Amino acid sequence: MSSVPSSALPSSSSALHLAVALDGAGWHPAAWREPVARPRDLLTAGYWTDLVTEAERGLLDFVTIEDALGLQSTHFTEPDGRTDQVRGRLDAVLIAARVAPLTSHIGLLPTVVATHTEPFHISKAIATLDYVSTGRGGVRIQVSARRNEAAHFGRRTVPSFRIEDLESPAVQELTVDLFDEAADYVEAVRRLWDSWEDGAEIRDVATGRFVDREKLHYIDFEGAHFSVKGPSITPRPPQGQPPVGALAHESVTGAPFRLLGRSADLGFVTPHDAGQARAIVASVRAEQDAAGRAGEPLHLFGDLVVFLDDDPAEAAARKERLDTLAGYPYTSDARIFTGTPSQLADLLQELGEAGLTGFRLRPAVAGHDLPAITRGLVPELQRRGVFRHAYEADTLRGLLGLARPANRYAAAAAVAADAAADAVTTA
Amino acid sequence: MSEPRKPLKQIHLAAHFPGVNNTTVWSDPQAGSHIEFSSFAHFARTAERAKFDFLFLAEGLRLREQGGKIYDLDVVGRPDTFTILSALAAVTERLGLTGTINSTFNEPYEVARQFASLDHLSDGRAAWNVVTSWDAFTGENFRRGGFLPQDERYSRAKEFLATANELFDSWHGDEIVADPATGTFLSDAKAGAFVHQGQHFDIEGQFNVPVSPQGRPVIFQAGDSEEGREFAAAGADAIFSRYATLKEGQAFYADVKGRLARHGRTHDQLLILPAATFVLGDTDADAAELAREVRRQQVSGATALKHLEFVWNRDLSAYDPDGPLPDIDPDLGEHTLARGRAQVRMYRDPLATAREWRELAAANKWSIRDLVIETGNRQAFVGSAETVARTIDEFVQADASDGFILVPHITPGGLDAFADTVVPLLQERGVFRTEYEGTTLRDHLGLDRPAARSGSAAHGERAVAS
Repeated sequence: MSSVPSSALPSSSSALHLAVALDGAGWHPAAWREPVARPRDLLTAGYWTDLVTEAERGLLDFVTIEDALGLQSTHFTEPDGRTDQVRGRLDAVLIAARVAPLTSHIGLLPTVVATHTEPFHISKAIATLDYVSTGRGGVRIQVSARRNEAAHFGRRTVPSFRIEDLESPAVQELTVDLFDEAADYVEAVRRLWDSWEDGAEIRDVATGRFVDREKLHYIDFEGAHFSVKGPSITPRPPQGQPPVGALAHESVTGAPFRLLGRSADLGFVTPHDAGQARAIVASVRAEQDAAGRAGEPLHLFGDLVVFLDDDPAEAAARKERLDTLAGYPYTSDARIFTGTPSQLADLLQELGEAGLTGFRLRPAVAGHDLPAITRGLVPELQRRGVFRHAYEADTLRGLLGLARPANRYAAAAAVAADAAADAVTTA
Repeated sequence: MSEPRKPLKQIHLAAHFPGVNNTTVWSDPQAGSHIEFSSFAHFARTAERAKFDFLFLAEGLRLREQGGKIYDLDVVGRPDTFTILSALAAVTERLGLTGTINSTFNEPYEVARQFASLDHLSDGRAAWNVVTSWDAFTGENFRRGGFLPQDERYSRAKEFLATANELFDSWHGDEIVADPATGTFLSDAKAGAFVHQGQHFDIEGQFNVPVSPQGRPVIFQAGDSEEGREFAAAGADAIFSRYATLKEGQAFYADVKGRLARHGRTHDQLLILPAATFVLGDTDADAAELAREVRRQQVSGATALKHLEFVWNRDLSAYDPDGPLPDIDPDLGEHTLARGRAQVRMYRDPLATAREWRELAAANKWSIRDLVIETGNRQAFVGSAETVARTIDEFVQADASDGFILVPHITPGGLDAFADTVVPLLQERGVFRTEYEGTTLRDHLGLDRPAARSGSAAHGERAVAS
């Protein structure tokens, strides 16, 4: 890999981490109608390779790939029957794997829906993504409260509700249940990643043993919705623990932020200004403390939808034009930014001072705003000394400044051995 | 003077990445990683260089155990099938990508979505080997648990495949208009609509992966029971068999092909592909010598004892593998010694098997290890490249199979010599392609694209070209 002397790297206090969220033709519902969009290519490997390669050209930390187990919809829990927006998509884990051998440094975080999938399958899939990308795999965990998606599986039912009902008692109960299940899911996945200690494969010809089974562990996970015995069938992935991310919004139940506090390496949050950013950071850090993870690294990335142009009026006009095409003004859970790369750099630095460690930008039009990020925003951040000039690590954990974690079972075995030794010496 | 010759059948060849079983020799200095992607990439590129139809990955969902402990003598561990196949689509262009995915610990919507995605991401090279035989032991890793009795597993598998086909067919191919001028992305708001109510699945909604280049992935099936043969005859594109001897192969071939007409299908709509190991040498004698060495590597003393334990259903670790067979009889109680393995057919009457083996060993002065080596799986093809090419050709021309799924004993370089020496000889004989003629796996296998329920060419050239 290319590298630069560490003295040339921005100091960690001022450095921003930068990711992009990839979704279809872009986040604006009319993005696919732009001349630069390739709406007939959205289901091809070439389209995704081009996007991720562009993100890697910009030295971004990682890309996330959106996914869902039903057709895209403007409605919160149901299909909307629209025919004027992009509908249909491919499995995000498979997209990430398809792109992995064609890239070399950028992290790959596909979205996985915890509500309807098997932690055992996902654990080995993400471990394998980490193998095929040689240490650049991760996962973005998502819950699904969509009634139609539940009906695709037929295993559980979800009530119909509107976004205005989010704080009703019934929906709150559902939300808490889904997020708690997701926390269990991440715990089971993480234990499976650790269920093989490093070096478990010994190939000891003398004894005929391929593995040292003392280094393989049953995880015996028991939760409210599922149990998993283990061990994994896939050896511990190159990063040990591929980074786990989740998007979380403020809720009276606190469940989404609690998931970040308990389970995540990366939280995606949606502050609209520095004050909100500070409040969100404080809330998530409190959840982290409550979960007993006070000292552990937990990145908080601010999500922003971006329309980037050299002239701020041009960016605003582009949004307006797309809104007109869509037939309504585009709104988002995240702040929608229109302006120049330099203005965006100002905003990111301001929000960064509120305690966010990075940003996940959602290009409004993938074909336009992604290159504007990599070729406009990134050089601007580099000029300001807050973004890398070259990839300084080969793994995603390395890029994020996360150490490769010790294996929990190896650590437990070491403690048990120490205890046994103590018992012997004190006997 | 001579009878008009039957036109030569074209041979289909595939490569099985060697994995979790004792045919995979991990102790050889040439054996590499069976986990690192570079191994899979090397193996796939070799198969593609040799113009093989496809690469095949098996599946395991729980580590095997013996005597309550994780079985540690064979290769242990493997990566995720879908993820590897999708990554391999990036480093190959034509090779088919076949994965075993069980129908017991998955849901149709998710599996259909993954295969349809893989078919898009590989431009039409995906294939699914539908399997059923997983037990409660394996079920301990999954939400649903292992509650399905044997007979229901088959009925679930059938319904699973039927449901997945409904999902594959739920887009007709002409829905994506994507016209920026009019703002019409979809021609039909109900694209992908499905309703399935059955014994095992009661699901409805809209499938969210538009029709893939092959329409449906190619469907493979393994299994030798009456039910398995019918299942394959009714709906599979290819069946994996275990008959790599001429007579058995011909009998199986005739039986399964004979079932097709009843399902309204023709002789060429189901390919029969036995798995086959091979050992190549400069001469037949060299190969035979090498094959003996490989057998000894595959069956260590410890492995021999463990194999005997399957029949004896007892802990035999105190026995000397280089000594005589145990004189105690097998334990006829419930067989819980080995878990996570397929039930082996020959062990249904352990007393008779034990008696037969003792007699064999005594007559030949075989130790335990000798016995396991001599009675275990033999390499299907052993000889010089000329011998192996000729034998494969004769086998296929005699309607004992339509080709083979080759399983080398070394990862990942075990296919290289076959590609370099046997394949050119098959090409010279005019029975194997020298260049891919089509782009999709269906093209390689000579299978038609399933008819769409309706629709036109409006989906785009990709669907039409395939």
